Amino acid sequence: MVARLSRMPRDPSTTADGRPALGPEANGSREAAVSASGLVKSYGSVRALVGVDLEVAHGTVMGLLGPNGAGKTTIIRILATLLKPDAGTARVTGLDVVADAAKLRERIGLAGQYAAVDENLTGLENLTMVGRLYGMPRAQAKRRGHELLERFDLLDAAGRATKTYSGGMRRRLDLAAALVANPPILFLDEPTTGLDPRSRLQLWETIEDLVADGTTVLLTTQYLDEADRLATEISVIDHGRVIAGGTPDELKDRVGGERLEIQLDDESRADAAAQALASMADEAPGISGDLVTVGVHRRGGAIVDAVRRLDEAGIGVEDIALRRPTLDDVFLALTGHSAESDDEDDQAAA
Amino acid sequence: MRRLFTDTLVIAERNLVRLPRAPELLVAFTVQPIMFVLLFRYVFGGAIKTPGFSYVNFLIPGIIVQNIAFGGFVTALGLNEDLHKGLIDRFRSLPMARAAVLAGRTLADVVTNGLSATILVITGLIIGFSFHTSVLEAIAGGGLLLLFGYAFSWVFAFLGMLVSSPEAANSVGFIAVFPLTFISSAFVPVKSMPAVLRAFAEVNPFTITVDAMRSLWLGAPAGNNVWGAVVWALAIIVVFAPLAVARYRRAAGQ
Repeated sequence: MVARLSRMPRDPSTTADGRPALGPEANGSREAAVSASGLVKSYGSVRALVGVDLEVAHGTVMGLLGPNGAGKTTIIRILATLLKPDAGTARVTGLDVVADAAKLRERIGLAGQYAAVDENLTGLENLTMVGRLYGMPRAQAKRRGHELLERFDLLDAAGRATKTYSGGMRRRLDLAAALVANPPILFLDEPTTGLDPRSRLQLWETIEDLVADGTTVLLTTQYLDEADRLATEISVIDHGRVIAGGTPDELKDRVGGERLEIQLDDESRADAAAQALASMADEAPGISGDLVTVGVHRRGGAIVDAVRRLDEAGIGVEDIALRRPTLDDVFLALTGHSAESDDEDDQAAA
Repeated sequence: MRRLFTDTLVIAERNLVRLPRAPELLVAFTVQPIMFVLLFRYVFGGAIKTPGFSYVNFLIPGIIVQNIAFGGFVTALGLNEDLHKGLIDRFRSLPMARAAVLAGRTLADVVTNGLSATILVITGLIIGFSFHTSVLEAIAGGGLLLLFGYAFSWVFAFLGMLVSSPEAANSVGFIAVFPLTFISSAFVPVKSMPAVLRAFAEVNPFTITVDAMRSLWLGAPAGNNVWGAVVWALAIIVVFAPLAVARYRRAAGQ
């Protein structure tokens, strides 16, 4: 899965024509798809956002990564015109999220963690309703609904009330509803939270297809692997601010990338093992009992390489595994504390 | 403005389409009112003296007014559910007329209210109720009924967004509205009540509306009741519609 990181097709630092991406202060046609500065939002005494700056280039995926209650959902809600910021400004496709909210709503799609579909309506009725609320005539809305159901593999369930749908099906329908008007900007609030691995993978592929077609996506997630896989750029959110940003590779470099964990069958050979593996990593391998840990930046071949080295040194291996950094590792590296969810904040944001 | 109109119809349609698929709602609209009509008519009817009317004639306008006031319950439950299941977020992210969510919801109630009132009238006719006025007056009574029901849809819209769960909406609505409907002329003549209750019942909008219905359907002396009922209904709308809209903005904007 991580192998994908090295062949991410999109480079955020350049635009499609190879020129460096410019900020919103540049001329209008080059304006970022999403740009926010100094966003502040409080719910009563709870400060959900304390000054968020964000920039998303056209055709890229920005992943907002953070624990529950970090403020990710609040950012999405402000950008999707559901919520007015207390301070700061944000523009999406050049339109101000407060002043031009009505016009902006024609250009955005929102799919959320709550899978907002009417469960008493069928899949087709749901999409038709959304199409008509976008101002389409009934026939056109219905046609568009059909198209989307086909694309999302829901045609068989088109006439069934959505309360009979599985979690994955609902989530796909929710995403389909966000796509009815073909919006150039898509906001996804924890699109895969609570999904089984297979549905998750399916949804990832769908999102990747959308991006390949030119959609700009801003998504929130609690999962590093999801941000890894989907995002061109990641902003790490903690306690209502962006504490770090960069490409997944840059971020993982800061976190220390993946670690190879090798359990030896003989604890006394740990030093010898560390020596044999030393040239694989920049930092000296760590030793803890019979466990040797090596930081690796390249995943490909790491296990084979390590096993070969140890075999040549005549050291027996009990178990070997690549451990991927988690959200906790990112937070530990960036903030010194683990990714605790802030429940109070979360409730206020819910 | 055209947008508000079409979006309202889309939302109203959405709320009506679901009805046949929710058996419990259908029962609430049909079986339950019929049951109450039969219980009152045959259990209490013999014991309640209603000078000038047979009890069934006295009862039907009263019970229909009570029933239609509760028609807005669906609005309370529906809005509460929509808020908590994220549907309001979806609506608010769409380029639709914002007012359409509430307007469509309450408009759907008018249709369901009309349906359940019709069922009650038919039930009444079967067990001995009869109109004593002209067709025009009877239709005017129907209109007043729908207006009164519409007013209470706004009360319930407000309540539904005020409380935290559909269950709470249910019990708050019940506790707030149920006694109001009973301390009125809906089921017994106000004259039979103790002084304090009677004083309350005489100014209760339910009494005024029920008496207005009796004059429009049975030819009872109207006094100012018909106009009084219209003014009450409009006053309730004027107070509760803005409250509901404000509550909607607040609840949705969090």
